[in-house]
Amino acid sequence: MNTHTTDSHDGLRDDLALISNWITPGARVLDLGCGDGALLAHLQAHKQVSGYGLEIDADNVIECVAAGVNVLQLDLDAGLEQFEDNSFDFVVMSSALQEVRRPDELVDEMLRIGRDSIVTFPNFGHWKPRVSLGLRGLMPVSGSLPNRWYDTPNIHLCTVRDFETLCRQKQVDIVRRHVVNHAHRSNIGMRTFPNLLGEIALYQLRHHATA
Amino acid sequence: MATHADFPGSVGLVEPHTLHVEGPMPLDCGKKLSQFELVYETYGTLNADASNAVLICHALSGNHHAAGYHDDTDPKPGWWDKCIGPGKMIDTDRFFVVCPANLGGYNGSTGPHSAHPETGRHYGPDFPVVTVGDWVRSQDILRDALGIEQWCAVIGGSLGGMQVMQWSIDFPDRLRHAVVIAAAPKLSAQNIAFNEIARQAIVTDPEFHGGRYYEHNVVPRRGLMLARMLGHITYLSDEAMRAKFGRDLRDGRISYGFDVEFQVESYLRYQGASFVDRFDANTYLLMTKALDYFDPAHAHGGDLARAFEPVTARFMVISFTSDWRFAPARSREIVDALVDAGKQVSYAEVTSDLGHDDFLLTMPHYVNTLRAYLNRAAVEIGA
Repeated sequence: MNTHTTDSHDGLRDDLALISNWITPGARVLDLGCGDGALLAHLQAHKQVSGYGLEIDADNVIECVAAGVNVLQLDLDAGLEQFEDNSFDFVVMSSALQEVRRPDELVDEMLRIGRDSIVTFPNFGHWKPRVSLGLRGLMPVSGSLPNRWYDTPNIHLCTVRDFETLCRQKQVDIVRRHVVNHAHRSNIGMRTFPNLLGEIALYQLRHHATA
Repeated sequence: MATHADFPGSVGLVEPHTLHVEGPMPLDCGKKLSQFELVYETYGTLNADASNAVLICHALSGNHHAAGYHDDTDPKPGWWDKCIGPGKMIDTDRFFVVCPANLGGYNGSTGPHSAHPETGRHYGPDFPVVTVGDWVRSQDILRDALGIEQWCAVIGGSLGGMQVMQWSIDFPDRLRHAVVIAAAPKLSAQNIAFNEIARQAIVTDPEFHGGRYYEHNVVPRRGLMLARMLGHITYLSDEAMRAKFGRDLRDGRISYGFDVEFQVESYLRYQGASFVDRFDANTYLLMTKALDYFDPAHAHGGDLARAFEPVTARFMVISFTSDWRFAPARSREIVDALVDAGKQVSYAEVTSDLGHDDFLLTMPHYVNTLRAYLNRAAVEIGA
């Protein structure tokens, strides 16, 4: 399932570098929750990609503008109905799925707007959160889940199995899956037991091809 | 002689220039101006390849005097002095800033108060109704006269933002960047309704004399004052008025009469009265009509994205959360159409308190966003 081709990623955050590898040159990209615009800036510089980032935080918006990235200061929870069907090659949402009000509806919207969607999220099924909750009886705090229960923006945490169940229900094709640890490295263990050993999950999704 | 150093952070003393244009210039209404004058100011220095020019388009009550002072005793600088100057948001150390007064205005470019070339009398009501498109065409004549191939950016707030959109559609090759602040792609019925009340206040003033009040040596004072008072309410948010005036009484007690009692009444009367001294009633009528008529999507069956098809400029669109005259949703209509048309656009929604007039001020998020945007624009052209 994994691709092992890599491009040059001078200083790009590891998870964004992984996403960048999946995006085809010249694509039109919509990046939901684009932060400081690092992914789009990289894709513009190295893959002739065009597109827009959506971001709610004012300081991040300024960073995007300074980086020459098209950024739209919008709230993902307000919906994406202004974007037309199939108007982008890729719709990306990195580490924001668990922060939105209705992740299932947002995934629907991503699939509607983009030919391909790329979603990443922290895997709550990883053994560390399981140990923390199951044995110690405490909400997990870790590298990929750094916040405490009362100040976390994560309101819809899920596991790899949860997410794939949702994809099955929605009849979504999982084009690729990649699970990595907090340092964004993968190994055979994670590939064999993704829900137990993967800390961060990356998915490329597509509407189920109807015959 | 006062110098730049006497006005720290300001462009200092400035003087207006005049461009005489021999027409005829055809207008959207079908009439022609046989000749006209455009009055404008410039700040900063045009670079060798004339690539660092920025055009400022003014709003309803603006004019060519956007920054600096006209003389040492000037109590107030130009209308956008907070944002235009050395090191400011629109940095005159890097850009050559040009601000013309629009046709139909007062105390500037040719307008109803000017002398009609044939009769020698004031145009008055005979001054043709001008549109945003007419303004942009006249500004393009100024561009050419100044030897500028392409504006680095065209910037405007409110009605000024509408001119920016028109520029990007009518003269796509003549601007690199379009900065649209606190604007709308067209007026709503509510917006037009407010304008109509303002116009009715003016034309029903007994001193209006069908627009020929100059010849009677009067001004429709009450009408223009009411128009401005009404307008001012729409420029401020409910929250801002609450914070500024609340229900404070001017004399501390209710007098059971109809004279000024609440502070907000006093404020509005002051705003209205001082406006009469610096503005012209016929100009007010023309400016509100230009607002009402602006609708670039109209020629494309209401499809704004299609209207934006010729656009090559990159857009920065900014709105303010407390603005209810042109609320953020109106700016998002512009943004959505640009996205649909596949154009380059960024959008910032600035959290604010004051209302529509926030675009004249310097909230950090607003200033830093536009500064970052214009910095890139300057770097692109090596300024």
